[in-house]
Amino acid sequence: MIKAEWFYWLVGAVFIVMGVQTLMDRTNAKRYTSGSFWTLLGVTFFYSSWVVDKSLPSEPLGIAVLVLICLGGFNLVGKGTPKTTDEKQRTELARRFGNKLFIPALTIPVVAVICAVVIPKFHFGGHVIFEKGNETILGLGVGAIVALLVGMWVLREPRVSVPIHAGRGLLESMGWALLLPQLLAVLGAIFQAAGVGTQVGKITEKILPDGQLLAAVALYCVGMFVFTVIMGNAFAAFPVMTAAVGWPVLVQNLHGNAAAVMSVGMLAGFCGTLCTPMAANFNLVPAALLELKDQYGPIKVQAPTALVLLACNIFIIYFFAF
Amino acid sequence: MIVLLGVLVVILGFATRRNPLLVVGVAGIVTGVLGKLSPDEILKTFGESFASSRSVTIFAITLPVIGLLERNGLQQQARTLIGKLGNLTTGRFLTLYLLLRQLTAAVGLQTIGGPAQSVRPMIAPMAEAAAERKNGGRPLPRAIRDKVRSHAAGADTVGVFFGEDIFLAIGSILLITGLVNATYHTHLEPLDLALWAIPSAICAFLVHGARLLRFDRELERELVVANAELDVEETAK
Repeated sequence: MIKAEWFYWLVGAVFIVMGVQTLMDRTNAKRYTSGSFWTLLGVTFFYSSWVVDKSLPSEPLGIAVLVLICLGGFNLVGKGTPKTTDEKQRTELARRFGNKLFIPALTIPVVAVICAVVIPKFHFGGHVIFEKGNETILGLGVGAIVALLVGMWVLREPRVSVPIHAGRGLLESMGWALLLPQLLAVLGAIFQAAGVGTQVGKITEKILPDGQLLAAVALYCVGMFVFTVIMGNAFAAFPVMTAAVGWPVLVQNLHGNAAAVMSVGMLAGFCGTLCTPMAANFNLVPAALLELKDQYGPIKVQAPTALVLLACNIFIIYFFAF
Repeated sequence: MIVLLGVLVVILGFATRRNPLLVVGVAGIVTGVLGKLSPDEILKTFGESFASSRSVTIFAITLPVIGLLERNGLQQQARTLIGKLGNLTTGRFLTLYLLLRQLTAAVGLQTIGGPAQSVRPMIAPMAEAAAERKNGGRPLPRAIRDKVRSHAAGADTVGVFFGEDIFLAIGSILLITGLVNATYHTHLEPLDLALWAIPSAICAFLVHGARLLRFDRELERELVVANAELDVEETAK
């Protein structure tokens, strides 16, 4: 059976290889600290496997996370000048390869679809091929590897170092922002462990007028929105706001349909994700990848939709969940 | 009560534009200390939650193949291709992509798109090429070009957010059932939650799709203004 952990090791290995390349890249003024950042990130992907199955202590990983935070946070992660083709060469290459260039790009989703939908139906000697529940993640991994092979074949590129260098260029242009989503999940866990949710609940009890359905629904949704904006992650906001308003007030006191309240409440949080730079992977990473002058560009175009949808979600719960 | 100061640290750090990594790190430690966690427990929580959230970082595996294709002209070819698509405007193209992104995410294929996999190499260049065609084939002024690119990123994000929760085996649905069933001793089925995501998904398509279609008119106005300014500058020379 192919396990998700193997795939995490592959991602870790890619980070380590790119980290070592960065260490040796003389065009990068911060090559030692940048290289250490990517290499250490790669190592954490391996070490995490033993933390997940509880065979090694998690404290060293916690320390490694703090080191990564310091390297990225004190601006010690920089980028080099990758050797690549210029605009003119690319136009010529595009003319030569034509639409064949799309084949490898489309291979990733096609293989991912096949892996997620078709492969789980097959069993060999009573064993599934992919670890259950991780088919989509594994599909992405298999898709990326197959696409790389297809790409090298289509483009007649025999050197594996070429795509790795090109990938490192993209990685360096994202920099430490790549790590932020994972750290937000960490922050959510700390909030949960320290009892932030219970405290917000106590405050809610004081400010919410009794039996005001619309006010309670709005408080839950706007609370999800605001907490998500602060923490950059609806997953982190959900336990806090559900403990505070969602469960005790909307479901227990006002007898709302739990599935509707929770499901739409989470989507109200997603509206917040559209509006916050803390959701770096959805908002700042695209801005960096697209080389935008204004890193808040995507947030600005998403915010009006997010606010209208927040109102829609409040009304959906108000009209249909009670 | 005092544990809420951790939330305040995040707000202040973000408001004063400190580096987000430092904000998250400091807020985590402060909240842990205020919540009376021992240093050992704080480190443990950092380590365990970091390990279990690796899946949000794995998109990095697609970077080598995307990098390889880009250095061989993928973006340029995407422009050429859309250049041939007769009357598909920027707004119509992005509305179509929004719909496609929602539908594929709803059947569990949320990794099909994304800023690294599809927006940078394909969607943004295509949206830009459509806008350039409207501009008589001339390159777009920087501000307008960035707005088109921002909309390409926005269509992708809105699409996946309000499509993926219709799929049962997605993280947010599993998080809800896991958390609620364990904490409140009840029984929510993933399917019920997924069905309740459909009304919001329809609203999202109507609202954002309408805005994208309206963006075409906005684009037209802005291009007229930008070109007029350009003409004035040239006559002045």
